[in-house]
Amino acid sequence: MSEASEAKVRLAAVNTNPASYRDLLRIVIVGHVDHGKSTLVGRMFHDTGSLPDGKYESIKAMCERRGVPFEWAFLMDALQAERDQGITIDTSQIWFKTDARDYTIIDAPGHKEFLKNMITGAAQSDAALLIIDAAEGVREQSRRHGYLLHLLGIRQVAVAVNKMDLINYEKDQFDLIEQEYRDYLTSIGVTPTFVIPVSARQGDNIVNQTGAMPWYKGPTVVKALDSFMPSASPVDRPLRFPVQDVYKFDHRRIIAGRVEEGRFSIGDELVFSPSNKTARVKSIEYWSTVPGKKAPTEAVAGESVGITLDEQIFVERGELISHVDHPPIETDVFRARIFWLGHEPLVKGKSYRIKLGTLEAPVTVQSIESIVDTSDLSNSSSHQVERNQVAEIVIRARRMLALDEFTKAPKSGRFVLIDKYDIAGGGIISMEGYADQRDLITSRSTNITRVEHGITNEARAFRNGHKGGVLWFTGLSGAGKSTLAVALEKKLFEKGYNVFVLDGDNVRHGLNANLSFSPEDRAENIRRVGEVSALFARAGMIAITSFISPYRSDRDRARAAAEADFHEIYVKADVATCEARDPKGLYKKARAGEIKDFTGISAPYEEPENAELTVDTASTPIEEAVEKLVNYVEMKFKV
Amino acid sequence: MDRLDQLESQSIFIFREAFNRIENIAMLWSLGKDSNVMIWLARKAFFGHVPFPVMHVDTEKKFPEMYEFRDRYAAEWNLNFIRELCPPLDTIDDTLPPAARSAARKTEGLKLAIKKHGFNALFAGIRRDEEATRAKERVFSPRGLTGQWDFKDQPPEFWDQFKTDFPPGTHIRIHPLLHWTEIDIWLYTQREQIPTIPLYFAKDGKRYRSLGDKDITSPVASTATTIEEIIEELQTTRVSERSGRAMDHESEDAFERLRADGYL
Repeated sequence: MSEASEAKVRLAAVNTNPASYRDLLRIVIVGHVDHGKSTLVGRMFHDTGSLPDGKYESIKAMCERRGVPFEWAFLMDALQAERDQGITIDTSQIWFKTDARDYTIIDAPGHKEFLKNMITGAAQSDAALLIIDAAEGVREQSRRHGYLLHLLGIRQVAVAVNKMDLINYEKDQFDLIEQEYRDYLTSIGVTPTFVIPVSARQGDNIVNQTGAMPWYKGPTVVKALDSFMPSASPVDRPLRFPVQDVYKFDHRRIIAGRVEEGRFSIGDELVFSPSNKTARVKSIEYWSTVPGKKAPTEAVAGESVGITLDEQIFVERGELISHVDHPPIETDVFRARIFWLGHEPLVKGKSYRIKLGTLEAPVTVQSIESIVDTSDLSNSSSHQVERNQVAEIVIRARRMLALDEFTKAPKSGRFVLIDKYDIAGGGIISMEGYADQRDLITSRSTNITRVEHGITNEARAFRNGHKGGVLWFTGLSGAGKSTLAVALEKKLFEKGYNVFVLDGDNVRHGLNANLSFSPEDRAENIRRVGEVSALFARAGMIAITSFISPYRSDRDRARAAAEADFHEIYVKADVATCEARDPKGLYKKARAGEIKDFTGISAPYEEPENAELTVDTASTPIEEAVEKLVNYVEMKFKV
Repeated sequence: MDRLDQLESQSIFIFREAFNRIENIAMLWSLGKDSNVMIWLARKAFFGHVPFPVMHVDTEKKFPEMYEFRDRYAAEWNLNFIRELCPPLDTIDDTLPPAARSAARKTEGLKLAIKKHGFNALFAGIRRDEEATRAKERVFSPRGLTGQWDFKDQPPEFWDQFKTDFPPGTHIRIHPLLHWTEIDIWLYTQREQIPTIPLYFAKDGKRYRSLGDKDITSPVASTATTIEEIIEELQTTRVSERSGRAMDHESEDAFERLRADGYL
């Protein structure tokens, strides 16, 4: 069939299928610089008859003016600087249609320097076409782009091995490239649907099977794209509906936002996180002048809506709405895999602002766990993340955040970081090793009033001869917490103090016998110990607690329970020292993989930032350490 | 949700982000099909209201039908309407080719109006598919102190997280229709029954596909007299939308230079 008559058939198909009902698929074209992305787009347009009249001629004229051979890239490289330097600087979009559907083609720059523009383009797409130069093979950006596509959540990927004409359409060489790149993609969890040998310049396997590679039995690029699906709205997942704004129009208080996942109906009970307020949906607001359009009774993922509630509760932008039985995680600390685009490197200890859905909050980089080399996936450590690097980090906020793990709910499991005025990086969330703190902060009982004691704290302290309080020992397993706690208890008891040790193993036999070792139950274990020790303190006693309590959030909660009577004692010893002691043989088991999530080995220990007292047991003998503690108690607990 | 619902929802999301994050914002109304859809989408986003000024930067060289349309719907849609005039042509760089000079006059008028009202940001109804440099635009697009566009170093924009923090003095263009195409605009105009200037429909074998100043805008050959026929025409045409806009075609980079300097 001639090109013109083929185009006519296509247009006839388009006309019987009105645009409003046709699928739109957004495809990003990525790959290493000079591997022929823009050329492939140009060829696809030409061979499908999608070029506007006169466009071919005008590109030809531009090339002649510059004295260069005909260059398809000029179709999309709209900026003078791009044409002059022959590289794509910023991402661009162009539209075409096949019999099957409409396409938005997103061209993304392959030059490392313009990674932020590549991400801008790629993040908008439903699927990706990755281009590799057959003569050059898999290069740095081929891998990096593959890795970033995965990180951005793009799961449909086809690979075009381009410039096959330069290697005489050799099957063997193609097979080698295919194997190498498939191995890489598989190792990061991406399965390429197709790997297609093409020549964009010659037009082989772009739209037409030209006969240049009879050994290839798979689809052309266009056929491969037609097999992809537009990203479906996640309507069947738990509801995630971030509050974007609250309007007061016409005496209605409308909570506006876009439903990101799931659905809800009028009458549903919703919970706002992290404030944990609840209310029912009274109405779904809308404005339309189209006759016969009825007010909606339900809203689904993808829709920008407004609702009113059955009672007036104060909610604001940034809260995440869900149903009561499937709420998001609440935490002030989480793990993230990030890509960094900032002009300044990301630095450990530095503060940034996070944008998580519609929420903005200050956060600090607590640690940089590793820098990921996207070429060979090796890890290295560093105190900072440079521009265009990928890293695993731990982020801490000063307030509770409502979020999800990226693998469970992508839209509420990703965020950007702002440095000064700029979006400087993006990341996806993992809670590995960290607890959901929702149950720890939610009070389920209401209508409770505290009973006032008839006896004052002063009166109790006067009778006991000392104040009550909590000595909260924290540190690695083997740091000497229990040894010190027991020795201190004995010394203080002999001196006439009312003192009692709460030890990890002991409370797990009774009070906390119903708790497992999951992150949530570990946090609950510490919460209960915090509350119990606060009761001891209020009763006028000195409670010594001996728990690893590796998380700052848990210790802060214990501090809040005992208020001013809380004394955080950091029993400090490095992992090597503790491992050499290994009194219970736990390190050996952890190293052998018999205990998972072992603090210091396979789970984090977050050092106290402002401990009232630090006792370094690696350099201080035990008697000296106990002496130091006794002095501290005598000074702080005297009446 | 069909395709128009998705486009509409995304535009509403953009409107609400901008309205929440940025103070002193206004909408540019060019009176054309796109900016009419833009007003419509604002009313959807804000439940029948347009909660910011709607400004027409007037070259006084539009078609009479456009002025009639403006005066009627500014009142009917209950807009907080502002009209600002462009400065006289003889104050504009006379080394520019004629159509570009005329367009530069509009840019100048726009800058003066922004200064006069102290707007930090403007909604503009440009679309990526109109023209190749617009295809490279961001939804939230910062401009320098003199309104210029630094297209070589645009901010990253992904996951619907827009750049909403700026050093003082930055001006922002917000593009709620960036992801729409010409055919989407007509399909939506049809579905929502949005009023349209009659110049878009064919008379004596010609119609305007894009409306600008009288002296630098020409009609294209067409027999489409209804929106249905326009949609049908667009599904088969290979003529570009702005072929009738003279300033795009005076030199290879004419439009890029105009945009870098602050043209829409």
